[in-house]
Formats: sequence, structure tokens, C-alpha cells
Amino acid sequence: MSLLSSRARRPAIPPVALGLALGGLLALPLAAQAERIFVSNEKDNTLSVIDGESLEVVETIQVGRRPRSMAFSHDGSELFVAVGDDEAIDMIDLETLEVVRSQSSGEDPEVIRVDPNRPYLYVSNEDDNIVTVLDYEARTRVTEIPVGVEPEGLGISPDGRWLVSTTETSNMAHIVDAERMEAVYHRLVGARPRHAEFTHDGREAWVSAEIAGTVSILDMEETFDVEHTIRFEVPGVPRETVQAVGVELTADGRYAFVALGPSNRVAVVDQQSYEVLDYILVGQRVWHLALNGDESRLYTTNGVSGDVTVIEVDGLEAVKSIPVGRFPWGVVVEP
Amino acid sequence: METLSRPFHWLVVSGIAVGLGWSAALSADTPDTLTLGYLGMERPDDREPLSVLDPVLDDEGLQGARLAIDDNNATAQFLDQEFVLHEEEIAVDGEVGEALERLIDQGADWIVSDLPAEALLELMAHPALGDRAVFNARAPDDVLRGESCHPNLYHTTPSRRMLADALAQFLGYKQWQRWTLVYGNTDEDRLLAEALRAAAERYGHRIVGEKMWPHDPMSRRAEGGFHAIQREIPVFVQDFPEYDVLVIADETDYFGEYFPYQTWAPRPVVGTQGLIATAWHRAHESWGGVQLQRRFEDLADRWMTPRDFGAWLAVRSLGEAAARTGAVDRETVLDYMLGEEFELAGYLGLPVSYRTWNHQLRQPILITGPRMVASVSPQEGYLHPRTPLDSLGADEGESSCRF
Repeated sequence: MSLLSSRARRPAIPPVALGLALGGLLALPLAAQAERIFVSNEKDNTLSVIDGESLEVVETIQVGRRPRSMAFSHDGSELFVAVGDDEAIDMIDLETLEVVRSQSSGEDPEVIRVDPNRPYLYVSNEDDNIVTVLDYEARTRVTEIPVGVEPEGLGISPDGRWLVSTTETSNMAHIVDAERMEAVYHRLVGARPRHAEFTHDGREAWVSAEIAGTVSILDMEETFDVEHTIRFEVPGVPRETVQAVGVELTADGRYAFVALGPSNRVAVVDQQSYEVLDYILVGQRVWHLALNGDESRLYTTNGVSGDVTVIEVDGLEAVKSIPVGRFPWGVVVEP
Repeated sequence: METLSRPFHWLVVSGIAVGLGWSAALSADTPDTLTLGYLGMERPDDREPLSVLDPVLDDEGLQGARLAIDDNNATAQFLDQEFVLHEEEIAVDGEVGEALERLIDQGADWIVSDLPAEALLELMAHPALGDRAVFNARAPDDVLRGESCHPNLYHTTPSRRMLADALAQFLGYKQWQRWTLVYGNTDEDRLLAEALRAAAERYGHRIVGEKMWPHDPMSRRAEGGFHAIQREIPVFVQDFPEYDVLVIADETDYFGEYFPYQTWAPRPVVGTQGLIATAWHRAHESWGGVQLQRRFEDLADRWMTPRDFGAWLAVRSLGEAAARTGAVDRETVLDYMLGEEFELAGYLGLPVSYRTWNHQLRQPILITGPRMVASVSPQEGYLHPRTPLDSLGADEGESSCRF
């Protein structure tokens, strides 16, 4: 209903533009369905579903207790969400938007990642100092990989060969050989590392550190060492509140976006030179980030203000905030 | 491995080293060891919490140090380092020097102190201590950070003044600016009352009335004790002028717990009971705090207290500095610990670090009720040119500490 009324209020579309748009639609019939953005509300036990065109919450999904990290299954038919207080991964059918099954995950699952080659789900279990590997098709537990104290961030290389697990109290990035299912290198990074993200070419892993307020760049080709550390200084904001959490990297290798927590800013970084280009003001305690399909937009979850900020990548400008549930944590865009 | 005889053990190790080459040979090296001594004092028999809900603890502090050793070693195993803890507990008014010497005999190069102020000063003055660094994980006395400060003494527990400032900031945020102050008849309570007066002045509050609670500790389990209390407290406080909050200074916990709901005027009770300012509390679970709470409970079978947290911070400070520098020698570790780069994750939302002018660990302070955290100070809007955390406690300019 709101969709119809908002369309009705729009100015008339010039015929030429309309023709172009229709042509585009015919060439790419899938684009007719607007993107859906899923946001996990940690305190409400729900996911908010945002329509990528109207930028409004169109659905709220009831899930288990304390939903945080999310990931899509291989075939794109299901969305997985770690529900920490239920010690499980809820699996949501993307057609009905209902939880259709739940798989036990070990204690306090926080971050999850899907293997690009196998039906495996990697789960960091903060309390047990392990990364649990689940098979979401066979619904079994494959193995457990011991790492340092309080595993949190997980990143997986595009070819599925390497997994990076960050441990918050050990302050390390543990580099796991995904074939042997074993941590083979251990590298110190900034204090309380939170998130690991591979560049799309798989050459680097970017590891953010919340307390240090830094991003460490790990070389994933030869040395597996930290080859650069990015620091952030937001003018007029106390240093302690500049805490690096979520990281998103554009596929073209141009930009990196880093969520800076209670400083309420997203940093824009040149992916090649590591230079910080800009800070974009968003909602309060910005936590995680997601780019949409064509990377024209970046969505941020803002925990304290309970909303999502929409940033236009072209122009690097925050254009809208969308109220969601209490303490939004993670955000993913349906592929 | 224990069943192997020593020569055979060596054969196995060298065989692996030859077979697998350099990396195996490296891991067969003896790790760099950092040896700590923990020095505590027995609980006096008459020191028990007033509420029967609070357990009587005899391993406060020590369990925090033990957990931090485990946490440090979880990282150290990847860095060829190792942390070892030796433990000593002296009797009330026991010999500090003998316990210190026993720790040193066992190789302790660093001391974590869970001693009250007087015994800690004795420790600092003892010739056997040498240049060893001591972490004060218990004594809140401002004088230890002021005129009695010592270049080898570090404080991981907040000072009374820091706690008082943290509370005053929260009451400022609430606009509860008219206080009445009720303090106990112990030395500790008189010192805390001083800190509260200073905090009130710094943050624009007015203490409109104050009184000392004159009585001695009451029996913890007297049947029907509240009948007397119910009549006694309203009378004790009814001549106070109009006020917003009643502030209690009762560090030894012998009367303050009686005050909530018994005041003449319907006003909140804050201070050492009611709404309190504290370094750590079981109700705190934010910023990963739940992880530390769970690890601690797995180890100690009880809740973590501020004294446990102080000892944990001390041992973790060394773990962090040793991991970052790759060294365990005193000079390198302390240089890093006092430097700009040092940032320890203390599960309080902001990194904690040491003030160079008096070696106090700057840290956020919880403002909490008995069952739920109300806030964390520093409060928004209280600014400081260096860091908002330095709005808590004596600042560099006003500190009388000169190393």
C-alpha cells in the first residue's frame, strides 16, 4: 500500500527515461525484484527486512534469542543467523521468510561464514576458544578448530582455501588452512580484533580491532604477516570512541569501508594506498556494513540509535536512516 | 611425557627437530618465562558482608590473577612465552617481608598485591623488593597515588577519588545535585567521605547535610533486626534539609545496606550501597564482559569481584606488554606499558592505560544497582583535553605525586 501511494506521488517520468528503464528490465528480468536487506536486531530477537527500493522495513522475522551474524546458503535459498543465547543457527526460508529449521552450533555462536565450495558453515564460539565447522546439508558437526581466547571475527578467502579467525583476548589473527582444518599461522593484530574480510582477489585479509581502533592488512599470498596498519583519527571525537568493527571492500578494489563504532562514523579508505579518504557521519555505535549487489549503496547498522544508515557510494553521502529493531547488529544484502 | 626417562625424552625432541627442520626446532626451545608473585592477606574474621545473600570469600583477588595467567598463556603459547604465578597469603597483621622473600626465592620478578594500604607501604619499603614492579590490585587509598606514590608501584584498582568522581558525574547527568552524606566510623569511611566531598565540589553538587553513623557493626543474622532499623534510620536522617540523594560511605559494609527504603524522605540511596560506583560487577555483561564473567565462573565457581578484576588487569597488563614487545625483561615491558601504544581491552568499552604521572590505570567505572547496571562513567559531556577517562580521579596538575 505504501509502495503504491509513494509511487503515485512521484513526478511523471519522461517517456525516454521510461523506455530506457523498461528496456533494462527486459534485458535483466531478475532486476525487477527489488533487493532485500536483512538486519539482525540483537535485543529484539528479530530480523528486519528492508526493501531496497522503497528503503522501508517491509517484514519482521521472529528468530531465536540474540541474533547476530548472518550468511546465505550456497544456492541462495536460505539465510542463516547465529542466535547466541539459543546456541544455534536458525535457518530461514527466503521465500516464506520463516525459520524452517535450527542447527545446534556449540556455545555462544557469534560470527558465521559459509564456505564457497562445500556446504560448510564456520561458527566462532566465544566461550570455548574454538571455531566449529558445521555441515548445513547433512546437518552434522564436521570438526572443531582450536584457536586463541574468545574467537570472534571470521573471514574466508574467495577460493575457500584460507579462513582467518580473530581472537579478542589473544589479540591474534589465526590463519586456518581450510583443507587441514587447522590453524597454521598466528599473528598479533590490534587489541580486541573483531572482523576479518578478504579482498575480492584474495590477496589480503583486512582485520579490524575494536579497542586499538585499527585495521591490520595481512598478506595472504606469501608471508601471512601484517604488512600495514591503518589508523583512524576523527577530528573532534575522543580517540577512545574510534573503534574499528565492520569492514566492507568493493569488488573493483577501489574502496574499503570501516565502521568506527561509538564515534558514529564510517571511514572510507583507498583499498590500494590504504589512505583514509573520508569519514561519513551515520547513526550511533555503527557496527556492521553491507554493500548492495551493484555496490551503489552501503548499509550500516547503528546499535544505539536503532537504525540503518543508507550511504550512496557515488558521492559518499548518507542519504537516509531507516528505523529498525533494538540494537541492530549485522546486515546482509540478498545476492 | 612424564613417563619418559630424561635421556629418552631428549632423543625424541632432537629426533623431531632433525626430522622436521627449523620450525620444530624453534618450538622445542624453552619459552621466555615471566614469573609473578601474588601477595594477599587473610580476611579478618569480623569482615563479612552484611547481606546474607553475599557469599563470604577467602580467595578474592587471587582467582582473578589465576584467570589472567591462563588468559596470558593462551596467547603466549603462540609466541614462545610463558607466565608463571606463585602465591602467598599472610595472616592479618602478618609479616609482609617474609612472604615477599619466599616469592622472590621462587623467582618472582613481578608482584601483584592484594594488600591493604598499610601493608602495601611496608612492602614498598622492604629492601628485598629491589627494583621489582608492584601492582596494587586492592587498596583504593588516594595517598598511594599522591604523596606516598612510588616509581615501582602501579595501581589497577581505581582510587576512592575515581569512584567518587564517577558517581558524581552520573548524579550530575541526573541533575540530582543536593546530597546528604552518611559515613561510617572507620578510617576508610572518613577517607571516602573526603573523596566524595571533593567530587561534589568538582562537579557542582552541594552537600546539604552530613552525619556519621555512630554504631559498631551489628550481628549479621540477628533475628528481626530490621524492626529496630525501621525505627532507627528515619529518626537518624529526618532532620536533614531537603535533598535529592542520600550518599552512603560504608566501605566495610556494616550498615549501609540497611538504608534503602528506610529513609525519612523518599529519596534514592547511592554510594557504597544502593546505586554504587565500582570497577566490576556481575550485572555487567556489555563489551564482551559476559565472556570474562563466564571464564571466571568456570575457574572459581563464584562471581568475579572488583578485587579479582584488579588482579586480572595487573596480570593482563604484563601479558599484553610482553606479547607486543616479544620480551619479558622488566625495562622493555614497563616502557611499553607506560607508552602511548599500550591499550588493554578491559571489557569496559574503552581501552584502559596507565597515567604516567602516578601509574594509576585509567578506566571506565560502572554505576550499578544490586541487580542491573545503570550507567558507565565518564558520562557524556564531561570533557578533558587528554581523554574523558582523565575526568575521573586526581588529574596531573593537582596530583602531589613526584617520582
